[in-house]
Amino acid sequence: MKLLEYEAKEIFEKYGIPVPHKIAVIKTLKDVELCMMHHGTAPLAPQVSEAMPTTGTGPWVVKAQVLAGGRGKAGGIKIAATEAELADFCKNMLGMEIATHQTHGQALKVKEVLVENATNIAREIYISVVLDRSKATPMLIACSQGGMSIEEFAKEKPELIVKMPVDIDAGLKDFQARQLAFALNIPGSVFPEFTKIARNLAKIFIESDASLVEINPLALTKEGGIIAIDAKIVIDDNAVFRQKLLASKPDHESSEIEKEAKEIGINYIGLDGNIGCMVNGAGLAMATLDTVKLAGGNAANFLDVGGGANVEQITKAFQIILKDKRVKAILVNIFGGIMKCDNIAQGIVEATGKIGLKTPLIVRLEGTRVKEGKEILKNSGLKIEQADSLWEAAQKAVRSSK
Amino acid sequence: MAILLNKNSKIIVQGFTGGQGTFHSQQCIEYGSKIAGGVTPGKGGTVHMGLPVFNTMAEAVKKTGADAALIFVPPPYAADSIMEAASAGVKHVICITEGIPVLDMVRVKKFLKGLESGADGAAGEGRKVYLVGPNCPGVITPEECKAGIMPGYIHKKGSVGIVSRSGTLTYEAVWQLTKEGLGQSTVVGIGGDPVQGMNFTEALSLFEKDPETRAVVMIGEIGGNAEEEAARFVKENMKKPVFSFVAGKTAPPGRRMGHAGAIVEGGSGAHSSKIEALKKAGITVIENLSELGKTVSEKLKEKIYT
Repeated sequence: MKLLEYEAKEIFEKYGIPVPHKIAVIKTLKDVELCMMHHGTAPLAPQVSEAMPTTGTGPWVVKAQVLAGGRGKAGGIKIAATEAELADFCKNMLGMEIATHQTHGQALKVKEVLVENATNIAREIYISVVLDRSKATPMLIACSQGGMSIEEFAKEKPELIVKMPVDIDAGLKDFQARQLAFALNIPGSVFPEFTKIARNLAKIFIESDASLVEINPLALTKEGGIIAIDAKIVIDDNAVFRQKLLASKPDHESSEIEKEAKEIGINYIGLDGNIGCMVNGAGLAMATLDTVKLAGGNAANFLDVGGGANVEQITKAFQIILKDKRVKAILVNIFGGIMKCDNIAQGIVEATGKIGLKTPLIVRLEGTRVKEGKEILKNSGLKIEQADSLWEAAQKAVRSSK
Repeated sequence: MAILLNKNSKIIVQGFTGGQGTFHSQQCIEYGSKIAGGVTPGKGGTVHMGLPVFNTMAEAVKKTGADAALIFVPPPYAADSIMEAASAGVKHVICITEGIPVLDMVRVKKFLKGLESGADGAAGEGRKVYLVGPNCPGVITPEECKAGIMPGYIHKKGSVGIVSRSGTLTYEAVWQLTKEGLGQSTVVGIGGDPVQGMNFTEALSLFEKDPETRAVVMIGEIGGNAEEEAARFVKENMKKPVFSFVAGKTAPPGRRMGHAGAIVEGGSGAHSSKIEALKKAGITVIENLSELGKTVSEKLKEKIYT
């Protein structure tokens, strides 16, 4: 689960990590007006979501709240010098579509805009805590230069990257934070503040069950301060059950279909193709998408129907797949293990009948009682095309989709 | 021989009396596995499916002499169950549970490392515990011992070792091999989580030492760099032929493909880098899953007759 920048910054504030002063989070055009009207005077009207009273004057920074790095280059970050500019930027940014190197060819619609006081940046630093999978530990990663993505740093300037394992129980130790500060050439004036930020970043990681907590950049200001300009937090989906506060935040990442699927216990991810897929097991589901591609087609989705695929689950899976209007054929690939093929076949027959499926359906069953399963499909009177191997099924599905 | 489990392995099931625990224990018993009993805190002293139930792992191990644990405990408590099993003295812990928080597994790994090194305070006993999983189908040594949720009948005793990050994908591979007449020495599902017990490298090293294993099939997926590390290990340490399939070639970056570990992040974990590393290590890479059984069969015949 990924948090938006302003949500992450709220957590930073709770842990004493300084962030720029927030003016407002703008969600509608009306919010813009209200924000302007109240700017610099009384506290904002309660209608303005998440807004706070303001003090001082510009410049302000206007930031599109989307889950992708590289927003700045795509027009998602603007500096406003005057109130008129501020209003303009807010209005233009709301509803804008942003595509960056991290959105993989798709554009994200801006639904929320964060307005904060701009910072006079003197120097940028990169700092994050990630999960190091092979060492099975949280790892603090920092770089004396910030702004770029850490992948770029790793490629271009690996010698500048500092890594520090974080003990899951003790957190980042004082000496580690000091060592880090010296390695990054942190000036004496902000040294204690920096070590506190580093230790608290590790604390956030552990206490929020995160898989990533990142500040990029952490800025040293011209006024001699230190402040987190950006904030990124990703929470481990497996831990959401005990992160009640975070779990109550809206899911910004999933599409409507994906959310619906999640509610009924089906793992669905929408893709760009036109062959709907229903598979049991995540690995086999991925391999099925790959096989479809190898056969010259493109899958419309990843769908893991789960281990105990019964009639109800299969019906729901069909309904979810068909919500995507681009779907021209459906490929079902199920390896019946504990769940027997004849039961699964019965489920497919009942489900297709129930929803009156018109889309060409290709089924590949394998495993326990496969013969009986295939008989059931054959004798169902429904137009179901069967295949003996995944390869054959994929080829048939590709043919039907064209 | 085989690896990890054999016909003498004695298993205690944790989460024994729950729905999953009951169903799958029954299946394991029918396959011929020696299930010695189970643990459900608070139900100690009762009998379930004709087998004794204990309150703690310590008591279960003491009374039955079990050397393996099979875990079906729900995610919030599963990590603790792993540590309970390890400290009770079993050598093998197989955790089926899906959805354990990653940081819980970080704590488990730290605990197991402490047990092994003897350096982590009082816990240190210089004892190596083999953890398989979590979020995995388990381990099976065909016709000897099944500790997991895989369908037993698709397996056949033989000499191909299999290690895999996926469940049903493993069954697919096993089934193709069995249909080609190629049996398996042991099939290990290491699971799809980012932090796990046994990794590819450890399993490969056990297979390399096992006289019954002649070849190994390694089934990977996108995310992390376990396949790259395994490739390095194969290149430097293995004489037996290794075959590999990696799922997720067409998966979009940044999205978690079912398994918590199957996600391409920040340029790492991509399919292409894994395939490249595997090929460089001399591993036979299978691009089309449907050809896995045939490819292994043909290559192994070649090896025997030429």
